[in-house]
Amino acid sequence: MNKFMMAAAASALIAGTASAEDIKLGIFLGFTGPIESLVAEMGPAAELAIKEVNDSGKLLGGSTVSGVRGDTTCVDAGAATAAIERLITSDGVKGVVGGDCSGVTGAALMNVAVPNGVVMVSPSATSPALSHMNNEDNGLFFRTAPSDARQGVVMTDVLMSQGIKSVAVSYTNNDYGKGLADAFQAAFEAAGGSVTLSAPHEDGKADYSAEVGALASAGGDRLVVAGYVDQGGAGIVRAAIDTGAFDTFHFPDGMIGDALTDTFGADIDGSTGQHPSPSTELADQFTAHVNGAFNATSPFAPESYDSAALIMLAMQAAGSSDPAVYKEKMFDVANAPGEKIAAGELAKALEILAAGGDIDYVGASGVELVGPGEAAGNYREIKIEGGKIETVQFR
Amino acid sequence: MMDILNALVVLANFVMIPAVAYGSQLALGALGVTLVYGVLRFSNFAHGDTMAFGTMVVILVTWWFQSMGISFGPLPTALLALPFGIAATAVLVIGSDRMVYRFYRQTKSEPVVFLIVSLGVMFVLNGLVRFIIGPNDQSFSDGERFIIKVGDFKKMTGLDEGLAIKTTQGITVVTAIVVVAALFWFLNKTRTGKSMRAFSDNEDLALLSGINPERVVFYTWLIVAALATIAGTLYGLDKSFKPFVYFQLLLPIFAAAIVGGLGNPLGAIAGGFVIAFSEVTITYAWKKVITYVVPETWAPDGLVQLLSTEYKFAVSFMILVIVLLIKPTGLFKGKSL
Repeated sequence: MNKFMMAAAASALIAGTASAEDIKLGIFLGFTGPIESLVAEMGPAAELAIKEVNDSGKLLGGSTVSGVRGDTTCVDAGAATAAIERLITSDGVKGVVGGDCSGVTGAALMNVAVPNGVVMVSPSATSPALSHMNNEDNGLFFRTAPSDARQGVVMTDVLMSQGIKSVAVSYTNNDYGKGLADAFQAAFEAAGGSVTLSAPHEDGKADYSAEVGALASAGGDRLVVAGYVDQGGAGIVRAAIDTGAFDTFHFPDGMIGDALTDTFGADIDGSTGQHPSPSTELADQFTAHVNGAFNATSPFAPESYDSAALIMLAMQAAGSSDPAVYKEKMFDVANAPGEKIAAGELAKALEILAAGGDIDYVGASGVELVGPGEAAGNYREIKIEGGKIETVQFR
Repeated sequence: MMDILNALVVLANFVMIPAVAYGSQLALGALGVTLVYGVLRFSNFAHGDTMAFGTMVVILVTWWFQSMGISFGPLPTALLALPFGIAATAVLVIGSDRMVYRFYRQTKSEPVVFLIVSLGVMFVLNGLVRFIIGPNDQSFSDGERFIIKVGDFKKMTGLDEGLAIKTTQGITVVTAIVVVAALFWFLNKTRTGKSMRAFSDNEDLALLSGINPERVVFYTWLIVAALATIAGTLYGLDKSFKPFVYFQLLLPIFAAAIVGGLGNPLGAIAGGFVIAFSEVTITYAWKKVITYVVPETWAPDGLVQLLSTEYKFAVSFMILVIVLLIKPTGLFKGKSL
């Protein structure tokens, strides 16, 4: 009996060290909650990268990857911590694509991912507070979305180019909204603009007349709504239009989605906005690659694909699925030098890495990691015209 | 003179009209809560989700009407669908009474047991609504959006400031007045209404004088179903329908009912308006109004805001605490119908 146990244990060990394994990746996004309509496109995007790698059969000598979904809820740090705890300790994932919203991502990272030494690559957490300049994250946290410190500057450029010098700001009362509003205010005032009032709003509340009353009294040429399109952000816009407080708005990333134009249509004509997005060529390339499986231009869908791809490419470069080992290779595969890799060329990238070559992953969103492991950031400037979101330019 | 008119228009547009509409919605919700408390003697935490359920049925029927091309002219089609919503909600609440609450009534359970039971019912309804219509925002208002638009008002009066009254705000106030009048007539003039009040005042005495308790309970739920569906539909038309928001509505509704005096219908109405006005006025930035009224040199630089808007929920709860400390039965004497 003892011998049999020994043999079983030994064979299990051998199986574990054998080259082909089944690697699990966590897809840790807000499948329910304030940005569930965005996640409906982000989840499939990450899973597309996984499928591509599996179809090639070239990862770590024929290993397969399977995605395990976990729900961040976007707002409930307790639920998010429990979900990632399950992904890491029970499912045994080797890397996590996610989280999505900044608050839950920070909580999940510090409470679970860092203590367990698992890499997290977030496609959409943009709070400046997540830039771990002093290596608080042990080099485990990366993001394919840029920090909002950068978005604040881009927003200022967009508004200034239209000659708008005075705005009111309403932000969702959480890490994302506060971080973005502060970054924007600093950049806007440095550029000579004035912010008449920067006030928070709570999501999911019954009535927003009080907030809009205060914003209207403060005045401004445009209302900046740093909120969520499925939540209070839409309530603020609705109340502002109905009372005639503001006619045009400026929307950062959390507000831009099909739900925005579905709800307000031509009522918000003349409004502007921006969200992190690749250039037109990369967007077209990615759209062609996705081939209608999901909406490839939805915010953060390209970033989600890239997050999953980066983890798997770093594993290949390191020759190991151990997060402590492959985390060192993230910068190598994402940045120059090396052969440029576009979306849909993961098989080619795996081949080059297996042969000991070097790659520069561009992917669907033009990935370039800077600072403590975050994207440098390209933004798509949009305007609302005839009830539709139109691209103005890429910044 | 023009300046004072402008100031009044600003005040009406951003404070009075939104607060009156929101207050009417809260008052209708609080009436339902207060009736259950008065007659059945427990705090019904499932009320917000009952509203969500009723509104959901109204929305589904509205969509069906719209697909058949039935409309209500300039008024929202949802008003035509209201009776269907009320009927379905009545079946639901009377069904939940038969299946759940009746058992605890017969065993003469403590009010706190009822409260916890209603919490359970709340979770079931929560799931039911999300299962049928999903967790997302649904928009179902149609017809004319505005009675007066900002631009039209400016043209009509020549003032600098605009005033908007939405159709839904008008309907909300009118419906609230009609419903409240009908409810008071029912409670004070009809035999069934009188027996409900008797049952609420003194259950034992009512039983001795031959009032059938099951009949009283039945009618109470019927009225609660109607109130919940109407309140929910008006709120959904005015803002939007999202199950999670209806669940959150429970807080201001209970605050309104308690401030007014639990069990007192008049108090519920007053409480609804107190909560709505306090949320909007105390956090209002008076800069624009004052700038119009005072001479130019006195115009304030700051916003002249008593409290910033993030404290608006604290305001309603402060009022709740003060009322409970000074007048524990509420502004109007609570616990009698």
